[in-house]
Amino acid sequence: MSELLQFLFSGVTVGAVYALVALGFTIIYNASDVVNFAQGEFVMLGGMITWFAHAAGLPLPLAALIAIAATAALGVAMNKLAIEPARGAPVVSLIIITIGASIFIQGAAQLVFDKQIHSFPAFSGDDPIRIGGATILPQSLWVIGGALATFVGLWVFFTRTLLGRAVLATSNNRLAAQLVGINTNFVMTLSFALSAGIGALAGVLATPITLTSYGVGIGFALKGFAGAMLGGMGNPKGALVGGFAIGLIEAMTAGYLSSQYKDAAAFIMILLVLFFMPQGLFGRKSTDRV
Amino acid sequence: MKLSAKTATLLVLALMIAVTPFFFPSGYYYRVGALIFVNGIAVTGIVILTGYAGQISLGHAGFAGIGAYACALAPVHLGLHPALAVVLGAAISAVLAWLVGRPILRLKGYYLGVATLGFGILVSMVLNNERDLTRGPDGIDVPELGLRAVLKGWGLDMTNGQFWYFFCGLILILGAWLALNLYDSPTGRALRALHGSEIAARTVGVDVARMKLQAFVISAVYASVSGSLLALQNKFITPDVAGFMHSIEMVTMAVLGGVGSILGAILGAGILTLLPQVLTVFAEYEQLVLGLVMMLVMIFLREGLLPSILRRLRGTGE
Amino acid sequence: MKKTLIPVALGLAASLGLTTAALADIRLGASISATGPAAFLGDPEAKTLEILVEQLNAAGGIGGENIALVLYDDAGDPNKARTFATRLVEDDEVVAIIGGTTTGTSMSILAVAEDAEIPFISLAGAIDIIDPVKRHTFKTPHTDRMACQKIFEHMQGQGFTGIGLISGTDGFGASMQAQCKDVAGDFGIQIVADETYDPKDADMTAQLTKIRNTAGVQAVLNPGFGQGPSIVTRNYRQLDIGLPFYQSHGVASDGFIELAGADAAEGVRLPGTALLVADLLADDDAQKPVVTAYKAAFEGKTGTPVGTFGGYAHDAFMILTDAIARAGTAEPAAIRDAIEATTGLAGTTGIYSFTATDHLGLDLSAFRMLEISGGKWTLAE
Repeated sequence: MSELLQFLFSGVTVGAVYALVALGFTIIYNASDVVNFAQGEFVMLGGMITWFAHAAGLPLPLAALIAIAATAALGVAMNKLAIEPARGAPVVSLIIITIGASIFIQGAAQLVFDKQIHSFPAFSGDDPIRIGGATILPQSLWVIGGALATFVGLWVFFTRTLLGRAVLATSNNRLAAQLVGINTNFVMTLSFALSAGIGALAGVLATPITLTSYGVGIGFALKGFAGAMLGGMGNPKGALVGGFAIGLIEAMTAGYLSSQYKDAAAFIMILLVLFFMPQGLFGRKSTDRV
Repeated sequence: MKLSAKTATLLVLALMIAVTPFFFPSGYYYRVGALIFVNGIAVTGIVILTGYAGQISLGHAGFAGIGAYACALAPVHLGLHPALAVVLGAAISAVLAWLVGRPILRLKGYYLGVATLGFGILVSMVLNNERDLTRGPDGIDVPELGLRAVLKGWGLDMTNGQFWYFFCGLILILGAWLALNLYDSPTGRALRALHGSEIAARTVGVDVARMKLQAFVISAVYASVSGSLLALQNKFITPDVAGFMHSIEMVTMAVLGGVGSILGAILGAGILTLLPQVLTVFAEYEQLVLGLVMMLVMIFLREGLLPSILRRLRGTGE
Repeated sequence: MKKTLIPVALGLAASLGLTTAALADIRLGASISATGPAAFLGDPEAKTLEILVEQLNAAGGIGGENIALVLYDDAGDPNKARTFATRLVEDDEVVAIIGGTTTGTSMSILAVAEDAEIPFISLAGAIDIIDPVKRHTFKTPHTDRMACQKIFEHMQGQGFTGIGLISGTDGFGASMQAQCKDVAGDFGIQIVADETYDPKDADMTAQLTKIRNTAGVQAVLNPGFGQGPSIVTRNYRQLDIGLPFYQSHGVASDGFIELAGADAAEGVRLPGTALLVADLLADDDAQKPVVTAYKAAFEGKTGTPVGTFGGYAHDAFMILTDAIARAGTAEPAAIRDAIEATTGLAGTTGIYSFTATDHLGLDLSAFRMLEISGGKWTLAE
């Protein structure tokens, strides 16, 4: 029993990070139909900038805020310089553009920072909390809480605020949204800032557990992408469920089957789900235009 | 006499392969050339899948891995000649592509992307983890092809670098010729029709699912042969050949050069293979430059380098 | 079409030539993984080589001749490493090659070096590189097999007979896992739990819980490098497993203590080199002067703590320059013979003596069993 509980803790900790990344994917996808493969680099920047600022002497909360703000600004710049000019390009071109951005950000990070592995102190210490014979780190609770809070915040934003509804309207039908007077360019900018900020938040919260270096982004991007697709692209609920599901599948496979093939289990699950539900668990049905 | 596009493409390729060695200052350039041709074979397959049929794959390196490890394992365990191992690898890739392609090609866009990505990762995971067979992440030796010795017996003495340059060049021309023939065939026309609109293609009687599957299987064979040639040439292979980055590299090369044109895609393979060699002095900036090139080309030259350049030349030239 | 393409190709081909280093007296080549997944190892190796070349040339070079280092970054890709090795041999015409941060890149380079009959010193761990002996290939790090033996020797001394293994699935971890399973029996040790993790994983508590719940585990060993072992060490402490915990030489650097946290790393044992305990060495220790000098040079120049891996590059460069000085010529064949004749040369990793049948030149005595205590390395023996 304590064993199962420990695997659960491991799964939700990792799953919460994936869920945050998946939420970031979803926001940009909704606003622009682009899957942003540079999403993992936002996570990396969140961790690296916080480490850098903290090592330079700033208090941790301030360093974290700077990291999130700087990454959000970078997200906006990426939208203006790379995504908006490419509007209407085919999916494969957009994949190459965002992967290009990802490689570019990695290249810049290793020049600006360094190639070593870094970390900073956990927010509430390193003493594990014992529950039913299993243990969980306080920092894990920060990550899980961060993922849930972000989800709730997004839900309130999208359903209760005028601006949030404007974003949803844009994602449903861009032209119609423009016709009723929504500034869709602003919606795009906002979405990139939000998504990059959430990615950086994931990096800030997770780094004391996962550590960080200039190359960690691609791993987060792949798992977060998988989570978002599993849940159904474009649905925040799907992103949350998909992210946690991938984390749990990995932990359970490592615990009960084979740690060698735990990543395989996650991808086999995705293939199976897509086989029966080509739009993911909570995806929208799309209709082809002729 | 006006040359057809097909003949022109093959002529340009053959001329480039034959003429450039006269300008090589050292044997190392043959090695770079051979690598460009190996990548060129893989991206020709991507042209068939993405350029003709409009489907995306983020896992084609998986097939390259199968082709490569077939050459490492079949001669040792099955006693096959390395040349037959290439054929065996291609056959396994084709069968696997057929099995995997049937369910996943129903998916579209990013969903197809993640499914192919999953396939590629599974292959690379098996190569990494099944140590008893593949010797794991540290890699495995690949037997000598032996063709160079045969040619030497016939009085055609080449260095190792020269042999692989001309051999891979020859296979690239063959691959390009087959792909160009496919383009003009009824299958090719059907593929292009479904690229335009699947529903329209279906209404005029194209068996969409079968056509997509055909393109997927053929492109898998190209990737597999490219992996085999890489393994035989290096006489050593690691699971990196099946890695996610290699899949991305293939797609990037094709799209950068022009995924609608075989010559364009090969040009893309050439540029991305040369880039790290040209940038050695600025190795620190290599990723920065690569990322920038990928973004700029896709934003400003959407059809890829070669088609965009040709269009501009035609537009102003006449 | 023809008109536009060929000049482009030729232009690119010509620009390749621009990157050749300026002509100098003795040309050494290196292909190192300064970026990519093994950058954590390759970066200090590349920096070490650059520092040493600068130092040597400032001191007058070898017999008045300067060294020119042609250094390429293969990003850990064996295919790229082979291309760069070809380039070093055919285009840059170097007299010897250092490099191969990983086993995969080393295997690629050694094939080219053997064909061209150029001496090559590898910086990677796997035993396959020098066993069977290849005429022109040498290496400076201990083999992973020796690391396993050193650890098991210590475990045997403690009376352990059953252990748990948790390894990374990268080349380093997987190769050492296989070697350890191979030699465990020689020390009367049985591996009763065998788990792995991906180097990018963020949490290994599931695997460690499985090991903890396996009957008969008396100690745990974690072969791996990079961030994985730091996370394993933290998780180990989180789960409060309490059994003796062994790491590999893959994390032998101060950076590991910092990342894992001095608290979690307390009591961790690993086979390390003299480099980590420079100030604990006896004054008459043959390695003391070389270790102290390298530590001062590297830390002064880069501001980051020295690690075992930079030390491997240091030793390779030292062996090579010593051989060139003794050979009195920069002919590859003469350098190779001189390397093979090296005896009693003290490096940071150990004291090297090569023979025609031993191209590693180190024995187990060069490894020192270290234990982390109070956030510092101490000698465990």
